[in-house]
Amino acid sequence: MQVSLTLNGRPRTFSVEEHHTLLDALRDDLGLTGAKECCLVGECGACTVRLNDRIVDSCLVLAVEADGGDIVTVEGLAPEPGRMSALQSAFLEKGAVQCGFCIPGQLLAGDDILRRFEHPTRHDIEEGIAGNLCRCACYYQIVEAVEAAAHGRAREEAQLVESAVVREMPPHVVDQ
Amino acid sequence: MSAAREPGPLIGKPVPRVGGEGRVTGAQQYVADIHLPDELHVKLVTLPVAHARIISIDPSAALAMPGVRCVFTAQDVVAVAGEMPRFGPQFSDRPVIAIGEAKYHGDPVAAVAAETRDAAEEAARLVHVEFEQLPAVFTIDGALATDAPLVQDPSLRPGDERAGTNVLREHDIAWGDVDSASADLIVENTYHFPMVTQFAIEPHAFIASPDGDGIAVWSSIQHPYWLQRILARVLRLPLAKVRVHAPDPGGAFGGKQHAKYEPLLAFMALALGRPMRLVLSLEETFVAVRRTETEVRVRTGIDRDGTFAFQDIDANYLIGAYADIADRVVGKGSYIGNGPYNWPSARINARSILSHTVPSTAFRGFGNPQINWAVESNLTEAALRLGIDPLELRLRNLANLGDRFVPFDTACDGQWAQSVRRVAELIGWDSPKPAGRGRGIALGIKSGPTTGLSYSLVRLLADGSALVYAGTSDMGQGARTIFAQMCASELDIPVEQVTVISGDTAVVPYDQQTSASRSTVLMGNAVVSASRQVREKLVAMAGGDSAADGVPTDELVRRALGRMGGEISAMGEARKEAEPDHPLGGSAAFFEFNATAVELSVDQETGDITIHRHATVSDVGRSMNRLQVTMQDEGAAIMGLGHTIMEHYIFDAEGRIRNLGAIDYRIPTSMDLPEEMLSDTVENADGPGPYGAKGMSEGALLPVAAAVAAALRDATGVVIRDLPLSPENVWRALQVQRTIPDRGAQ
Repeated sequence: MQVSLTLNGRPRTFSVEEHHTLLDALRDDLGLTGAKECCLVGECGACTVRLNDRIVDSCLVLAVEADGGDIVTVEGLAPEPGRMSALQSAFLEKGAVQCGFCIPGQLLAGDDILRRFEHPTRHDIEEGIAGNLCRCACYYQIVEAVEAAAHGRAREEAQLVESAVVREMPPHVVDQ
Repeated sequence: MSAAREPGPLIGKPVPRVGGEGRVTGAQQYVADIHLPDELHVKLVTLPVAHARIISIDPSAALAMPGVRCVFTAQDVVAVAGEMPRFGPQFSDRPVIAIGEAKYHGDPVAAVAAETRDAAEEAARLVHVEFEQLPAVFTIDGALATDAPLVQDPSLRPGDERAGTNVLREHDIAWGDVDSASADLIVENTYHFPMVTQFAIEPHAFIASPDGDGIAVWSSIQHPYWLQRILARVLRLPLAKVRVHAPDPGGAFGGKQHAKYEPLLAFMALALGRPMRLVLSLEETFVAVRRTETEVRVRTGIDRDGTFAFQDIDANYLIGAYADIADRVVGKGSYIGNGPYNWPSARINARSILSHTVPSTAFRGFGNPQINWAVESNLTEAALRLGIDPLELRLRNLANLGDRFVPFDTACDGQWAQSVRRVAELIGWDSPKPAGRGRGIALGIKSGPTTGLSYSLVRLLADGSALVYAGTSDMGQGARTIFAQMCASELDIPVEQVTVISGDTAVVPYDQQTSASRSTVLMGNAVVSASRQVREKLVAMAGGDSAADGVPTDELVRRALGRMGGEISAMGEARKEAEPDHPLGGSAAFFEFNATAVELSVDQETGDITIHRHATVSDVGRSMNRLQVTMQDEGAAIMGLGHTIMEHYIFDAEGRIRNLGAIDYRIPTSMDLPEEMLSDTVENADGPGPYGAKGMSEGALLPVAAAVAAALRDATGVVIRDLPLSPENVWRALQVQRTIPDRGAQ
């Protein structure tokens, strides 16, 4: 079947087997291997992508269901090639990345938290990434990275509002 | 081996992870992300039983499917090789593919290769295997029964008096005289640690392709050079004709140390002349790798004043149908089982017992977590019965720097009491406990590598940047990051100007393996040695010490190399020789030591444990990268909570695993974390690695179960000796305690 969708801001049209998932299509037909394959039953979150306004386990979505959709994968998170988003930078800075295999999914989940909550609490973040397994178990650091990105955004907004007065923000305190 | 020298400012600094950017942009390529032109997709065919005689395999229906190119069986391997090649890191007992019998649920009996993954999967279901189900053993008692069916063909162990049993080997260590030792208090209990699995988020993936007159293999493997040797032997090729590409594994935890299906794929690729690709499902990884199940009986003798008298350990480790590295897990894991204490008399008898189950293999901690669970739990019980604070009892008997706590091994190489006191401080051991909460403490120790060989090539290029070749697999621990820091520090160049190359046996010099938390020490010493040689050459070429003093490296390079440019290179080597008379074949290069303490409460209605605070302190000698050390320690602690609270295989009556996959086998998520994680290190620069580093990465996992169980007992009074401390098990124990209050649980 023919499927047309927007992928990381670019229109793409391709043919796909009816029973293939969005994950299959991304990895095998569209050449984007950032979304990872692990459990294939919607439990591990390694295949997380954004479909329209919500994140999905792309292993549980048929490619044909994504027809007409707007899809963002880890490859589409950077604002431009060669630059990283604040969340991507925060993941590296806070030490949220070890083997890296779950990270594309964690980033999409983290990005979704930042979209849903203006000021996410620790609990919001823990719940938001609860569907993304990390066997290296960098969970604390992932939570800190999302927090840091949220703080950074808050600071940028504050600076925009009070552009005449650039305030020194207190350093982010890590409670470990 | 020591390379102690005052480190530059880069050492210990939390510099960004090498390879980090690729990991957050999706650019990092794992094996499953790599495709070769003209590749075929492989799917394994397995039987729904634990043990069967293969009567016949009919591939006709599968072969009739469009796109199916072959159904490969033992017959095809034998046709090429003359007989079935067998391989394994310790014993050459594992066939390339099952021949005659399938020996565990998941043992592949055939492999289908097809043009598409769909075709391969569907055709695998159409391969008709006629088989006769045979009696299977999948418990310790079952495997040890006198009439138990033999797992291994006795002809594979000629001259071995145990060949007529399922005991593969026994490992006996003793000092002093346990039999005649006495003590005021003797505590004897049996503890059980179930099968758990590594559950790397990246399922194992393999590609094999004809490569000129040899073979090229891509594998998510920890030991590419060991795999190269295995492939060369089974294919009868020179090492130089076997090229192993080892992209960074997406987590390994020991489960990716040794060859699994690479030999099979290599035979298939050579037979069909096309690349073969096999990406396991998560369920298939459950039947490929696991930790050994263990039952440990421990008898602990302690005098009234808290002085340790003797300890006697008997451990049965249930390994799988093929040995893999599991017998080494048993030998090395049990060896240090008496812990970091001075015991006048001690004995350890451990058995590796074959069974019709998934071949067990290395898993973070390498046999130590199982025995630690038993021994540290028994110590807590002894302390309580003696009326001595469990922390105090441990401190009183802890080995001090230089003590030969295992008489024939490396002496205590750290000031371990510092870690114990620090963890007590972090958890607030002496402070009043909030109502309903309990605290527990346990110590862990693991021998580092007993032998080792690592080479590193360092090339300083004409602009003052450098290439480091280091064959360590960067599976998440961040090996390349610290090698870049070491090289940059020694050459006095910015760390951003160093590139570390790994993952290709045709390009990168030999490294024995990535295991036992060795790489910081062994490969680290090789990198530092190569870098120092390069620096010496550079200084000599640039006019000697006085001329070079204070001159930036890039300027020195220009002076040294002149207008022609070029490069300055050197090879570093780190070697830890075998000691043939040592029970393990070599003494420990270092010890990983960790102290863990937790504070928890229990929901009396559900049995659910909430860990409020988890404190973990590791003696790491010196951190090469503080951030990465924290990540490894905290990750190890949480992984330890997995087997402590939730993980275990469940078998049916036929020996099949019933909870395959992520729905029925739970690992910790962000919702299962301790409310607070307090991690710290002790750093006295007393290790054998660069700048006094020791290996680390496994220590923080070792004592988790015993610490949590001790806290559970402190909070509720219930004693559980079978892991996991799942809500169900805790709830049951609470019910028993309520019904028979004076009995406690179990």
